[in-house]
Order: sequence, then C-alpha cells, then structure tokens
Amino acid sequence: MSAKLTEDQVRHVARLARLNCTDEEIALFTSQLRAILDYVAQLEELDTTDVEPLAHCLPVHNVFRADEVRESLSNDQALANAPQRDGEYFAVPKVLGDTSA
Amino acid sequence: MKEELIVGLEIHVQLATKTKMFCGCKLAFGDPPNSNVCPVCLGMPGVLPVMNRQAYEYAVRAGLALNCQIARFTKWDRKGYYYPDLPKNYQISQYDLPMSHDGFLDIELDDKRTKTIRILRAHLEEDAGKNLHEGLDHSRVDLNRTGTPLLEIVTQPDLSSAEECRILAMELQKLMQFLGVSEANMQKGHMRFEPNINLKITEDGREYRTPICEVKNLNSFRALERAVAYEEWRQLEEWKNNHDYTLDNYGKQNRGWDDDKEETVFQREKEEAHDYRYFPEPDLVPVEIDDAWLDRIKSEIPELPGVMKKRFTEEYGLNDYDAAVLTGDRATADFFNQAVQAGGPAKRVANIVTQFGLKTANEQDRRMDEIGVSTEQVAQLAQLVENGLINASAAATIFEIILDDERHPETIARENNLIQQSDTGALEAMVDEVIATNIQAVQDFQTGGKKSGKARGFLLGQVMQKSKGKANPKIVGELIDKKLKK
Ligand SMILES: [Zn+2]
Repeated sequence: MSAKLTEDQVRHVARLARLNCTDEEIALFTSQLRAILDYVAQLEELDTTDVEPLAHCLPVHNVFRADEVRESLSNDQALANAPQRDGEYFAVPKVLGDTSA
Repeated sequence: MKEELIVGLEIHVQLATKTKMFCGCKLAFGDPPNSNVCPVCLGMPGVLPVMNRQAYEYAVRAGLALNCQIARFTKWDRKGYYYPDLPKNYQISQYDLPMSHDGFLDIELDDKRTKTIRILRAHLEEDAGKNLHEGLDHSRVDLNRTGTPLLEIVTQPDLSSAEECRILAMELQKLMQFLGVSEANMQKGHMRFEPNINLKITEDGREYRTPICEVKNLNSFRALERAVAYEEWRQLEEWKNNHDYTLDNYGKQNRGWDDDKEETVFQREKEEAHDYRYFPEPDLVPVEIDDAWLDRIKSEIPELPGVMKKRFTEEYGLNDYDAAVLTGDRATADFFNQAVQAGGPAKRVANIVTQFGLKTANEQDRRMDEIGVSTEQVAQLAQLVENGLINASAAATIFEIILDDERHPETIARENNLIQQSDTGALEAMVDEVIATNIQAVQDFQTGGKKSGKARGFLLGQVMQKSKGKANPKIVGELIDKKLKK
C-alpha cells in the first residue's frame, strides 16, 4: 500500500456495509486497518511477473452434486435462531430500497 | 436537435432445476414461507456450498444458443450484498471469468427487419429471497427463493427503442423455453429485466449524454416496455430544462418502476463495481469444461424455433404466418409436433390448433396443452376433416365438445349427427330439388359472367341448408357443376 488509507475511505466502506460508526470508531478502525494493510503489503516485495493469478488454493476442480432434492429444515428449525419472527417469516427492521441481486 | 435512445438489457432467467444452485433444497413456487431452506441457503456459519451440475449444464446450453464463447475455465466470486433476503451478506456470482461471453441474438422487428443484438456475457449466480413489507411496520423475509440458480444475460447497448427491448425479452423467453433450461413463466417471476437507459442528444454541433439510469426488477414485458419509454421521455425533458443534466455531472443511478403510477422513481446513486467488493469465492472450486463435456451439452440442444418454423413451411407446406404462430411458444410447438406424430395431417392439425386451440387457450389464459384436448384427439379430428367425414363447422363443434370429453372425435361426430353426407345418390336428389325450385339462380349461373359465381354459391347454400349443414360441400359443388354446365 503506497497511499495511506484515509478516514473517508473507511467511512465509505462502513456505509457500504450499512454500519453506523462514530468519529472515534472511524479513527480507531482507520489506524487498525492501516496496520493490517501495511502488514499485507509485504507481499508486494515478491516479484510476480509471469505468475498466473490463482483462482483457488486447491488443485481441484469440478466438484458437483446431482440435481436431487434433499430434505430441508422445518420452518421452526429454520426460525429457531431468529431474533424475531412473524409467523412463518423472519421479521427484520423495515427494508426500503431495492433488492438488487 | 437529434436524440438517440441507447439501452442495454440485463435479464435474469431462473433455471428449471429441481433444487437450488448450491444446496439440495427444493425449488417450488408457492410453498409455505421458509419451508425450503437449510443451513447452506440460510447462510449459517461453517457450511459449504456445492455446485448443482444440472444448473451449470443448463447455463452452458443457453450460452451456446446465444452464440456465446463458452469459457473452458471459470470460477466463482462473492459480491457484497447487504439486504436480509440473502443472509450470507454476499451473493455468489461470477465476476471476471463468466461461464460464457461475446454472443449475439437476432430479433425480428415489427417491420420484418432483422437486428442483431450483441450479448456481452451470460453468467450464473444465485437469487436472493423475498422481502415483504406491504402494510407492515417491519419486513417479513421468506428465504425459499434464496439460492435459486439464475442465468444473468447482459446485452451490449444495442437496443434503440422500448419496442426493441420488449421484442428481445420475448425472443429470449421463447428461446429459454425451447431450450428447456427455464419455464420462463412471467407470472412465477422466472424472468426479470433491468434496462440501462440513456440518451445521446446532438444540438448545435454539440453532443450530450444523459445520466445512465438502471431500472431495477421489471417482471413483465409490459413493464419493461413502459419503463424504457418513460425514461426516454423523462431524460429528454430533464435535459431540455437543464443542459447540465449529463452523465459526467450526475453519474449513474438506480430507479424503480411504479406499476400503478406508470413512472420510474429515483432510488439511489449506483454503486460502482468496486463498491461491491468482489473477491474470489474460497468455498467453491473452479469449473473446467473439456471437449467431451461440451460436445455432450451441444448434442442436447433441441430444435430451436427458427429452424422449426422453416421445417413447418418446407416440410408441411404451412404458410409463414401459421408456422410463426405454431412456433410462438414451446407448449404450442410441442402440441403441434405431437399431434402430427400421432397421425394428424399437418395442415389440418395446424388449422385446428391455430383457429380453435389457441383461441380457446387465449380465452382461458392457458397454454395449448392445458385446455383439455389431447394431441391424439386433435390428430383424430384432423383425420376426420381430411377424409371428408366432417366439414369445417362440424370440426369447430366437435372441438368445443372434446375440451371436456375424452372420447374419439368420430364417436362424438356420430352421436351428434355431424358426419357429412357424401353419398352422391342422396345429395343428387337434394341438388335436383334445389335446381327445380330456383329457376332464376339457375339461369344466372348458366348465363355466365359476373352473376354466375354468386348464383352458384346461392344454390350450394340452398343444398347445404336442406342437408342441415351435413352435405359435403365439395361433392355438392361438383354435382351442381355437372348438372348445369352445358
Ligand atoms: Zn438450502
């Protein structure tokens, strides 16, 4: 990391993750994240010319399953850990905006 | 001033697998909420996704039919996603190595011109669940749909009207159905569209580009066409009021479609790709596809509508219009093919399907195979017409009856006294009687000229009436000609 991570960048990432952070937290996370990035930046010392990007760390491919139905959880099991439920549904604070998968 | 509409389309197609993309939960429409879920699609910690082979093969089949290059090596990526209908907080998708890319699809415009729409890419990903918040102070989440395999098809910005968008969408629906990779049922939300729309405006030698707006989650052809048409109008109006309303100044934005008000609504500034923070999915290994596998998938591509339509005109002598109608959707094409295989003469079957069958199907808002007649019955009915046992009006009557009667059409024809009279002796007597009582018409016929054809039709009608519609009109005509022509 040649350019230092800025507080604005941390605020932006927090917003994308829908996290509300105080100014103190932003300052703290910025210094913590900087330290992590500096540590990882040591990798840049390696010469990676002509090295293919790695898609996966295991030399394995094509792990498939057949299109066969397996039993799902019951509705009660599925909702057992939910902080709130509304009948057969999970209940969450009202979501506005899109679901843009 | 000159304006040009530029639209690229993203289409999500739900694949017709029995189970989800990465777990064995059943895919079913209308099941009770949160009944087809497991630790994998609920995003529980420590679970591992496993790819559904059928979903991958369907996607490759579709990619091939879209004339795409099929990637021999692909991997999966995580895309950041912060809504509760995908509880992992990321969507498994394909970012830099999609399973297919660089294809095209030809569409036929209303003026019969063919236009080629380039396909940028088609990749696999998982769907989110459903958030419901109508009339509530909180949101309800149903995760049955979470993890459904989706094929995302992305076109180049080659579409230049709302109408072209609709035609492409309908063509894709037809293609997916013929391929058998998706039911592509709009009512069940199997296809969703997201057009990216802006305008290129030239005025006084200057060129302006309006901000690109992506309209999210359109789930009908009508909504797609209306939304694009609305954006074309809105963006032009905005720009007329403010020439600084440009892509450079305003960037991209997401808009929603309000189906009641028939207008698009601003949602938010569009996130840039790096805001999704894609990174390789460590829980899934890459896919490599070799020649043998690819060849097998290729061999599974069935006859597609264009080829089938040509076969119908060349092999069966159907006209272009009927051939197009019969290949308009998979259910109709299958029905027609099966009725012909069951021994129905092709032209007669085509008439019955297009004139009676599809009319009934439209009235009932059903598919051809759902209206109650079997392909065998249609084949048998076609044979009755072909052999001259019944005439066209009797065929219509019998068709109405077999909609909820499983018996052989001939049985029904006999029971309802609809077998037409071809017995020359009996018909001759009727013809003689009509000739004897209609001297004026006989004279007109024999004089020739303008009135002749009309007079012949009149005489024929009289015989038909006498026979209560059961006379074979072809034979009656021949008898009249024989008796009156000098
Ligand atoms: Zn599951």
